[in-house]
Amino acid sequence: MNRKFSDNLILLLALVGIILLMGGLNGAQFFQARNIQTMAFQLPELGILSLAMMVTMLTAGINLSIIASANLTSIIIALILSRVMGSDMSEGGSVGIVVLAIGAGLLVSVIIGLFNGFLVASLDVSPILATLGTMILLKGVSIVLTKGYVISGFPPLIRFIGNGSVLGIPMPMIIFIISAAVMALVLTRTSLGVNIYMLGSNATACHFSGIENRKVLLKTYLISGVYAGIAAIIMMSRFNSAKADYGESYLLMTVLAAVLGGTSAAGGFGKVSGLVIALVILQVVSNGLNLMRVNNFLTIAIWGIILILVMVANYLSKKYQQKRWTA
Amino acid sequence: MRKLFSRYETFVFIAIVMLGAIITSVNPNFLTLENFLDLFKSYSFVGILAIGVLFVLVSGGIDISFTATATVAMYVMAVIVNRYGGNMFTAFLIASVVGIILGMFNAIIIHYFKIHSIITTIATLNIYYGLLIVFSGGKWIYCLPTWFREFAQVRVFTLTNSMGGEYGLSIITVIWLALLALAWVILRYTVIGRGVYALGGNPVSAQRVGFNILRLQLFVYGFMGWLAGVAGVVLTLLVQSVAPNSIVGKELDVLAAVVLGGASLLGGVGTLWGTLLGVILVATMNNGMTLMRIPAFWYDVVIGLIIVISVSASAYQHKKKKNKMIDIEVD
Repeated sequence: MNRKFSDNLILLLALVGIILLMGGLNGAQFFQARNIQTMAFQLPELGILSLAMMVTMLTAGINLSIIASANLTSIIIALILSRVMGSDMSEGGSVGIVVLAIGAGLLVSVIIGLFNGFLVASLDVSPILATLGTMILLKGVSIVLTKGYVISGFPPLIRFIGNGSVLGIPMPMIIFIISAAVMALVLTRTSLGVNIYMLGSNATACHFSGIENRKVLLKTYLISGVYAGIAAIIMMSRFNSAKADYGESYLLMTVLAAVLGGTSAAGGFGKVSGLVIALVILQVVSNGLNLMRVNNFLTIAIWGIILILVMVANYLSKKYQQKRWTA
Repeated sequence: MRKLFSRYETFVFIAIVMLGAIITSVNPNFLTLENFLDLFKSYSFVGILAIGVLFVLVSGGIDISFTATATVAMYVMAVIVNRYGGNMFTAFLIASVVGIILGMFNAIIIHYFKIHSIITTIATLNIYYGLLIVFSGGKWIYCLPTWFREFAQVRVFTLTNSMGGEYGLSIITVIWLALLALAWVILRYTVIGRGVYALGGNPVSAQRVGFNILRLQLFVYGFMGWLAGVAGVVLTLLVQSVAPNSIVGKELDVLAAVVLGGASLLGGVGTLWGTLLGVILVATMNNGMTLMRIPAFWYDVVIGLIIVISVSASAYQHKKKKNKMIDIEVD
């Protein structure tokens, strides 16, 4: 059996087990259409942020600045909207203005991505340090722009992106499915994708195979930045507000989701499909615990425990496989 | 002389002096003994944590969980001394034991399961912090024993300023300086200290020359945990209360100070002298912004810029040096 496939099989089995467990603990309430729809609305923002994290982890990097970048993007969009539409922007608002504002926001996230890419690729700054610096810097810019206040109340069109549905499927879920599919295509069907995996497994070998590591890294952080920007639009729409320090707890969750989904922190391994299954597992666990009225902080501790258990399981299975090889 | 100028620490020192000159020209209150002694007191918490972070970075690892460790340690300490009484020694002892246990737990996971230290400590940060809030209910502790409150006021010497107010060298600063000295001796003159550098430089070689990697890692993360425990007590002395949510989330600030001081995330590189300068740089900047009446919300922009510029500059220099070395090899 293909090894990659068997990895996802373990995850799928875990998913089925956890759905049964949470279903059993919560009864019919868990399987109600409303509850499932709630989950479908909650998963995408973390999901897209996790994709942004995962793509950098594939190159043996990390992007600590995704949340700060997303917040700055939504603040830029919010500021443009409030400038153009005045203080009361929750009514009306033409398609043109909204599209323009979102376009400007995404442009900001592109610039942030390129800046991170420049630091990591051209200056050889270690990804943790580079993105730690941009994280603090971006958060600072957000605080200066908003003076620490919340900007809230957006036009219906913006609110629709995070809260509307098309044919019963939540809008954020549609955006997430498209984003995940595009990421999967880029990673598996383009030369950039192959290069990202190669660079992550062995940067030197990659360099000597005639690949320009610099360009690959630059593009990786660009993709990461754009995905953070897309997540920003969903986040601002769902909260109906923008602030400098929203969603900071997501940072751990994105690493957790990526690692749980089989992405290696050392680079070179990880698939979008694994990440998606991991996200569903996380969502089911968090939703189930929430229905059981478990303390939020206990949930945070449980995330930590799950993260360690998954890493231990990965280690043991790798060791077992190696033993079988040598035997 | 040339060697002095090629050292990274020299640049940090020059940056501090220049920053100090700018601040003094705007507000002469900066350049007073009282302000310096005050800064050294209030930054002893960050300074103590920075020593531990340096050890972990030099060993080639990273620790994010120390803020949670410090929080747990100070909470347990406060609960126990409130219930059973004690003295300053037992307070430090309790916090130290808690810190060392939590730190060594990190080391055990990192060593036995070969999990990257950043992932391990992100996980344990959330486990320690989450469980603490669950068990404590997130309640603050304001009530502390009198002997504990009074210890924070102890000064080694006391001076009087022109306004008649008293100031001096706080016992808290002395604790920080003593720990700095201890860490300096360990890193420089003991086998285990040299082992930490060896482990960070090249783990395989370190093992081959006979270092016990498990013991080194237990030491490094245990030492970080111990310092986190001590720092927890120091923070409690400084603010005279225990708030479970006050420091978690600040771990990257401490990391930034250590990195500004020249420690490399790749391991094997970093000095206590540099770390001390890194902490002083951050303290000066923070203090300077207050003295120059710059609104607080500019703080993150300034510190973010400084981190980006300094890590870029040192990475770029490293790259240039590396390119040169390759040239020589080819010739």
